[in-house]
Order: sequence, then structure tokens, then C-alpha cells
Amino acid sequence: MPQTSELFHTMTYGPAPESADAAEAWLDSHNRQFDLFINNAWTPPADGDYLLAANPAREQPLARVADASPADIDSAVCAARNAFASWSALRPHQRARHLYAIARNIQKHARLLAVVESIDNGKPIRESRDIDVPLAARHFYHHAGWAQLLESELRDYQPLGVVGQVIPWNFPLLMLAWKIAPALAMGNTVVIKPAPYTPLSALLFAEIIAEAGLPAGVVNIVTGGDAAGAELVAHDDLDKVAFTGSTAVGRQIRRVTAGTGIKLTLELGGKSPVVVYDDADMDGAVEGLVDAIFFNQGEVCCAGSRLLVQENIAEAFLARLKRRMSHLRLGDALDKGIDIGAVVDPSQRGAIDSWVQRGISEGATVFQPSLDLPAQGCFYPPTLLTGLEAAATTAQEEIFGPVLVAMSFRTPGEAIELANNTRYGLAASVWSENISLALETARAIKAGSVWINSTNLFDAAAGFGGYRESGFGREGGKEGLFAYLRPRWQKRARPELGDAPANWGVHTPPAPTTMLSSDSSGGAKEVALDRTAKLYIGGAQKRPDGNYTRAVLSATGELLGQVGDGNRKDIRNAVEAAHKAKDWAYYSPHNRAQILYYIAENLSARLDEFACRITDMTGVAEAAGRGEVELSIERLFHWAALADKAGGSIQETNTRGLVAAIHEPVGVIGIACPNEAPLLAFVSLVAPAIARGNTVVCIPSQHFPLCATDFYQVLDTSDLPAGVVNIITGDRDHLVNTLVEHDDVDSVWYFGDAEGSRQVEARSRHNIKRTWVNYGMTRNWSDAQQGAGEEFLRESVEVKNIWVPTGF
Amino acid sequence: MIGQAKGRNPGMPLDMGWVRATTVNRSATQRRVGSLVARRSVKKAWQAAWLLRAITLIDLTTLTGDDTPGKVRRLCAKARQPLREDLIDTLEAQSLGIMVGAVCVYHARVKEAIGALLGSGIPVAAVSTGFPAGQSAYAQRIEEIHQSVEAGADEIDIVISREHALRGDWRRLYDEVREMRAACGDAHMKAILATGELGPLWTVARASKVCMMAGADFIKTSTGKEPVNATLEVGLTMTREIRAYEELTGCQVGFKPAGGIRSAKDAVNWMILMKEELGDDWLDKRLFRFGASGLLTDIERQLSHHASGRYAARHHMPMA
Repeated sequence: MPQTSELFHTMTYGPAPESADAAEAWLDSHNRQFDLFINNAWTPPADGDYLLAANPAREQPLARVADASPADIDSAVCAARNAFASWSALRPHQRARHLYAIARNIQKHARLLAVVESIDNGKPIRESRDIDVPLAARHFYHHAGWAQLLESELRDYQPLGVVGQVIPWNFPLLMLAWKIAPALAMGNTVVIKPAPYTPLSALLFAEIIAEAGLPAGVVNIVTGGDAAGAELVAHDDLDKVAFTGSTAVGRQIRRVTAGTGIKLTLELGGKSPVVVYDDADMDGAVEGLVDAIFFNQGEVCCAGSRLLVQENIAEAFLARLKRRMSHLRLGDALDKGIDIGAVVDPSQRGAIDSWVQRGISEGATVFQPSLDLPAQGCFYPPTLLTGLEAAATTAQEEIFGPVLVAMSFRTPGEAIELANNTRYGLAASVWSENISLALETARAIKAGSVWINSTNLFDAAAGFGGYRESGFGREGGKEGLFAYLRPRWQKRARPELGDAPANWGVHTPPAPTTMLSSDSSGGAKEVALDRTAKLYIGGAQKRPDGNYTRAVLSATGELLGQVGDGNRKDIRNAVEAAHKAKDWAYYSPHNRAQILYYIAENLSARLDEFACRITDMTGVAEAAGRGEVELSIERLFHWAALADKAGGSIQETNTRGLVAAIHEPVGVIGIACPNEAPLLAFVSLVAPAIARGNTVVCIPSQHFPLCATDFYQVLDTSDLPAGVVNIITGDRDHLVNTLVEHDDVDSVWYFGDAEGSRQVEARSRHNIKRTWVNYGMTRNWSDAQQGAGEEFLRESVEVKNIWVPTGF
Repeated sequence: MIGQAKGRNPGMPLDMGWVRATTVNRSATQRRVGSLVARRSVKKAWQAAWLLRAITLIDLTTLTGDDTPGKVRRLCAKARQPLREDLIDTLEAQSLGIMVGAVCVYHARVKEAIGALLGSGIPVAAVSTGFPAGQSAYAQRIEEIHQSVEAGADEIDIVISREHALRGDWRRLYDEVREMRAACGDAHMKAILATGELGPLWTVARASKVCMMAGADFIKTSTGKEPVNATLEVGLTMTREIRAYEELTGCQVGFKPAGGIRSAKDAVNWMILMKEELGDDWLDKRLFRFGASGLLTDIERQLSHHASGRYAARHHMPMA
């Protein structure tokens, strides 16, 4: 050890190591080999295969962990299935006690968990100790609360069943908590697979929950490689899959689970912007960037990896940032005086470096401060890339390392455009002391979490999750619970699916009807004036691009009329029109409500005509036809009423200030209506979507489209702005296919058959679109829950959490 | 290593644009302070070295109504020999000549302090200009500086007129501090902002700028008499302004947190703040001081623990 008198002159920090003794002793007590945790018992893998877990900072092996085989996955799912009946039947208060016990036990073992996490992952002990573990405990406490409140707050819901969960290596314990806590609180049982690089904290967690007295089979932890993960998400006895990881893997899972009725949530990648305006606290923003991109070695899905700084301060700001970067300390995960630990694995370091090299080849200037890098271990220096523009791949793709790309902007409008110029939408950070500017920017950026004058803030009470290709679903907050719940009336869909037809979605050409005229009056009967139903695009009646029509027959087989046979181009035009109408989202809620009431008023004025149309088309009794129209009017009232009452809430987090959960419109929603209740279903689907500010492209009932085409005259007289509702008739599945494969459609709702549901889910994976399908199950549209439940509201909104820390 | 000493801050014309452009975000400041002290740690020999250094940064202070010549003599004796000799020996710190940075007293006690410190090289600082409230007649406040300088004080800790900062009358504040600096002559001037009375952090930041532009050698947080004394948030805000001023003018201005700094741990945290935000130059008494009275005893106890491995009793440490 150096002399104190010498150190008096150098004033260096020196090492400040956290002891790993307890963690090493724990590993030794398992002989450094772990089996699978199934039914609260350590179970050897059927094939006898094990993987190696290593410490990336010291390049040392830590333990061998089981590599689960398909048989092991199956027995884990089976254990969860067996445990589900009794677990879901527990009184919510009993489940609350279990979650509370888990939270307490995490705290009791907090330091051991933190050390295990740091040696396994390479992350600084300060982060695992002060961030990961406390947030994990908080997640269980918060959800113990939700379990307790189940009967008062969520009485119209039921648990899903068995949940398969696959989590990443960047926050192994925290992601486990995010997955397990809401699932258990809502009464589900779980099979979870930790990432192969970082299995150890999950295995310690297994012992902690067993110690806390969690019943056997409620949580099963299966370690293994990517194959085990693929096996788990493809298991057919799951009711739900939840995944956090890369967008590429998320896509595969979307395809595997498509059409099965297994509910899915995905939390994927990001390239989150950090917007710095010229009136920001510059030093604060510099620190914000350190938190944004160097926290956890930049291995954070919501890492602020795209700096957008106002051009007039860019030079000064980057100079400060560089100065700050040269004060960062890299080192062993267990050193309490470091900022950046080890990258999880040499392969990841290689991937990061190849991105930086690519940046250089794209013209980037690289800044890496000359820092002391440990001689041994898997480290990557903090890196700033300047001189790149939005067109560079490095500026678009997720790097998942401590690499920041900096660009500049001139005006707030340009900042927002650049911020949104990405396929992702997970998070954003906005720096300005001007509250109007900061909040307006936060509103305009498409991302699930927006942090004002702060970054990477998390709390169990605020949902986290993405827009766009960052995934769908939220974790945390009340909004996150619905990922693990189903409305009480709803049965789990178990569609019978054959092999997917190769030609699904291919256009079926229309043909003139071959019926002969039934008029035997010799032409003496007065011919009704021909009314040609056209397409309704951008507030105008448009002839279909292909200029074909489809016949619409009555219940008795008579020709009732013809509708336009829409094609790809009509969908394209309708989507364009829907985008042009996006100002609708900025109409005041009162205004949107008034227009919905006006639609109801005008429908009411034509009640007889619509009732008659329904009767003619479907053959239902006249009273039933009238009833459907009356109920449609009531639905319009319902959603008009909610247009100004469901805008969001304030989340109670640990941050001083405001955290607002804002219910934003999803964007452009494609809606394929069912054949049942042709008017009521159409109204029930379109009304909530537009009430919440979305614009829609609607494909009416395939068999009974005429009440939807009649409806555009109602819309025309109700002050609805052009393009908010677009109606395209034709071959439903062909049109839906175009919508679902359209990258500029944000969500597709499909009420049709099982095969169509599968196709919609599978094909939505290209841009990780949100979908809502019925798996071929009809619902009772006249029932208040089934036809106008909260489900409709949730499908109509994205929850954005805006964090506004306050103080002077 | 400690950098080369640069000359005193001559000040500069008041730049109101620079003052007005100041922004400070409280929550971001809090977050930085939180991570700053959580992500740096000094242990073992390093800790001992840092604490020895901390002693040299102390303005050992007594500022109470019952100060007497006797009390000041005792304080000065402690200033000359801040560590028990056996501790110095165990720590092998003889060659370092550890003494405190200065002794800080009221004007009335300056002469006694100078006498007691004769030959030690320890400067005497006098608080001035109507300390602590600064509400006496302006001419009298300036005269007070003259008297302390004449009495032989090496450093003058002035208090600013909070009135001007609170009312945003930056020109008047600038003119006053400028005149006080002139009155100080060769004595170094520390400008006390009394941050606990200034309200939001941006007022602290603006007052820091104005005092530096007016030629302050040091900016200092508090008199120790305000309800809220030196907090790390205020410290971070002021050090960032010092950095900005250096970027603007090339001049290094010192920093002195005062009031409420009582533990060795507090001292290390402040030093970490200096090292991270301003660099090693600010780990030297030329640019950094603690205004404290009880701090020294706690540092001594921690060093005793380091030397012996046993926790130390307060009564084993000679009183100041």
C-alpha cells in the first residue's frame, strides 16, 4: 500500500472494493452448480447439460447453471399449470401477503443480491446496490398493493393462467421483478427464463422466494440458452408470453405466438433521443447524458443514445460533455468508486466496437477520453460520435453500449421531428427551463417514457414500455396490470388452426351476381333509384381505384346493392388521409365529444332507415333492427361521454414532482369489423377510437357493409373532419393484409375468423404493430362489458408517462 | 498534482447578459449531488491522506459573542498543532507540516490571533462588513474592512447585501463588492453569499457570477448564522459557476463552504465535489477552504482510528 504522505500529494482515489465473500460462499454452498428451480425444488436438467456463468470484469468463471431441455421446459410449465388453480383461488389478500414477504426478503438479502448481480453482469456495485435491488423490492411492494386492491379496483377481471417470461441480461434481477410481480399479484403462475449470461441473481431469488414461503410451482425458474427461450415461448400450454430483449427476437416471438390466443407483451429496443434546448441547465444536462448513456455501460434498452442539441449551444455543450467524460472512472464491478463497469461479454464488446467502426466509416469523429482501463476484463470506453447525421446507420440503430451519437437542431419543431425520426419509441429526455417548451416537446415525442430535465427514472408506480418497434404493453403502474388480466366475461381463445393457407390475403376478384331478375311484372314495377355505395376517403366519396364492385345480398339472397371493391391503393390513400387528419388528436376533448354526440343525433334522425337496412341485410326482426340502431346511438353517447374523462392520471412515484400518465391516441388504427351486429359493432369499434383522438381506416362487415356505407352520410353531416374516419369496402382479408403490412399504420383491430387473426398477428411483426384480434370468437356486442368495456379504451390509447421533477 | 498558482482574480466588467442567461435546475442538481458522493469513495491510506489534506483546508473559526483573548489563544494553538504528535508519528506525516489553512475571527480578535500565530505562517481571516447580516451603514462596512486590514488580517470574509441579490439589483451588488475588494487591498477577499437567504439556486448562481466579476478571490456559501448553511447542492451550483468563470476569464476563484460541516465524511464529500467538478487545483488551501470549528476534532478521531484500529474518544483529542 502506498505511503499516506505520498498520497497526500497525489490525492488519488485508490480502490474501494466491496467484498464478494458472501457471494462466493453462496456459490460454494451450491458447489458452483445450479439446477432448475421447478416446484420449489432444484431439479437436474433432463439432458444433463450445463452452461457457464462468468464474471466479465475479471474474466473468471463463476458457476455452472443448467441448460434446460424441452422436457425441462415442459415440466416447468406443467408445475406452473398445476399451481395455478390454488394460487389463483387464493384470496387477493393472501397473495398480497406473499408478495409483501418476497419484497421483505429481497431487502433482507439486498447486499448479497447486489454483489451477485454485479459479479455476474459486470455492472458497478453502486448501481446494483442503489438502483437495481431497491427498485426490484419496490416492484414487489407496489404489486403487493395491487393484489390487495384486486377486488375493489379490478373486479371485472380474471388472471390469464400460466405465463412464460424471457428476460435479458442487462438488469437481470430488476427485469425479473418487473415480470414476476404483476403476474403473481394478478393471480397468474410463472415460468421465467433468465438470460444465459446472467442467471445467478434469479437463482438466488429462487431461494429467497422459497424462504419467503411462496407455494411450490407458482414461480419456476429455468436457466438455459436461446434454444430454451425459444422452447418456452413456443409452449402451447401457456396463456401469456412476456419478453424483454431485442426487437429481432421480439419479431420471432410475435410470429410463434400468432393466432394461438396466447397474450403477448414485448419490451424491445430503442434509440432514445435526449433533446437539449439552449435554455437548459447545461451542466445538469451533461450529467443527464452521463445517466442516459453511460449508466449500466449503456446496456439499457431506454439508453439516451441520440443527443439532439440546439445548434447555437452545440459546440459549448459538447466541450462540457467531453470534459465530463474524461472524469469517468472504469473498473471492477465491485469497486465503489467507478462509473462504468464491464460489458457483459466479449461478444457484446465486439458488437459495440464494430458499431463504432461503422460510425467512423460513415464519417463520424470519435471521442474517447484517455481513461485508465483495467488491464484485464471486458471493458469499453465511453464514446461520443459527432459529425453524423440522421441518415447514418449508426444514428438509427441500437448499439447497446456506452456510445452516444450527437446531432444538432435549430428549432423545437425540428427537434421533435428528429426525435421522432426513428423506428423506435421507448423513451426520451428533454432539457429546458421553459416549462411550455419542455412539456409540449414531451407531448410530441412518440415514446412511452419522457423524462423532463432528468433521465432514466424508474418506479413501480409508473408504466414503462414502448411505442412503435420498441414493443407493446407496459410494465409498472396500473396500466401494466392488464398485461396479466383478461376481462371476467372473456374465455381464453383456443382457436383451431390448420396449416396457414398460402393465399391468405390475396385478392379474390369480384364477379357480377348471376341471379336472374325476380321481377315478373314486366318492368311495370317502379325501379328504385340506384345508389352506388362508394369508398369514403378523406371525407369524400371516392370511386374504388380498380373500378370494380362487389354485390351485397340480402338475407334471402336478393341483390341489395353493390359496394366498391377496394384494393391496395385505396388502403394506401385511406391511410394517407388518416394521417392528414391527425390534427384530430389536438381537438379539444369537448369538441370531439360534441362531434360524437352530433353523429348520434344524426343517426337518430335516420333511425328508421338504418333499422330497415339492418333488417334487409341480416334478416333479423324489425324490432331487433331498431334495437341495434338505438344501442348504436347509446354507444356513441358512451364514448362521447368518455372523450373528456379518460385522459390519464398522476402516478405516485418516488420522484419529487409530477409524473403524468397521459393517454395519447395510438395514431392511425385499421379496423376490420365483424359480420355480427353490422352497425353496432362498427359503431362500437370506431367510436372509442375516434373519441380518444385516433383516426381510423375501417373495413366494414364483409357480408353486411351497407349500413357502414350509409353511415358516411351521417358522418358528412356531423362536422367530423375529413379523414378521421375512412371506410373501405371489399375483400376484407385482402384489405386487412394491406393495412397490417402498412408500416405507417399503428394498430390493427381484427374481428373476423381464427385464420385471419393469426395472419394479422404474424404479419404485424414487421413494424411490431399493436394488434387486437378476436381469434374467430364472436362477442355479444349489445352487452356493455363485451361491447363497450375498458378494453376498448385501452386499445385506443398509448400510455405515456411524462416525468417532471420539480424544485427551485 | 496541484497546479501552478495563478494570480489573483482581478475581476471584469459586469456582464449582465451572462448573469441573466444563468439556468440551474434543482432536481438535476440534486441528482448529481446524490451520485457524486455515492460513486466516489476513499478508503484506508487514501482516506488518511485525504483527511490530512482536509485539515490544511480548514479555516478554523470562532465567531461568537463570548470570544475572548483566551479562547482565541486556545484556538490558535490548535491551529498550529491540529493533530496529536503521536498520530503524526504513526501516520508518518511529520514531513507534511500539517497546519490548518487559516484562523477566522471577528475584527476585535484579529490582533490576538496574529500574536498567537506569529511565525506559523497561518493567515488570519477577519469577518467583516457587518457580519453576519450586512445591514449596517455602507460606509461603516467599508471602514470595517480598512480597520481589519490595518490590524493585519490577511483575509477578509465580507458578507454581500442580500437585498441586492434578492431584488435582482446586480449592478449595485457588483459596485459594492468591487469597492470592498478595493478596500481589501492585498488582503484576499472571500465573498459570503449567505445562500440560505437567497432562495432558488439560480439566485445563488447569479450572485456567484456577480461577486467573481467584482473581483472576489473566494466565494463562500454562508456565515454559519443562516438557518440553512452549506449544502452540497449550493456547493455544486457555486463550483459550476467558478468553472464557468475560469472558462470565461482564465481566472481561478476559490470556494469556501461554511457552516454545518462537522464530520470527516462531510469533508471528504466536499473534497470529492471539488476534485470532480473543478479538479485537483481546488484541493489546495489556495483555492478551497472549509469554514468550520468542530470538524477538526472529528477528522482527528478518524485519523486516530486509522492509526490505531480502535474507535477514538472525543476527549482524547486536545480542544480548540
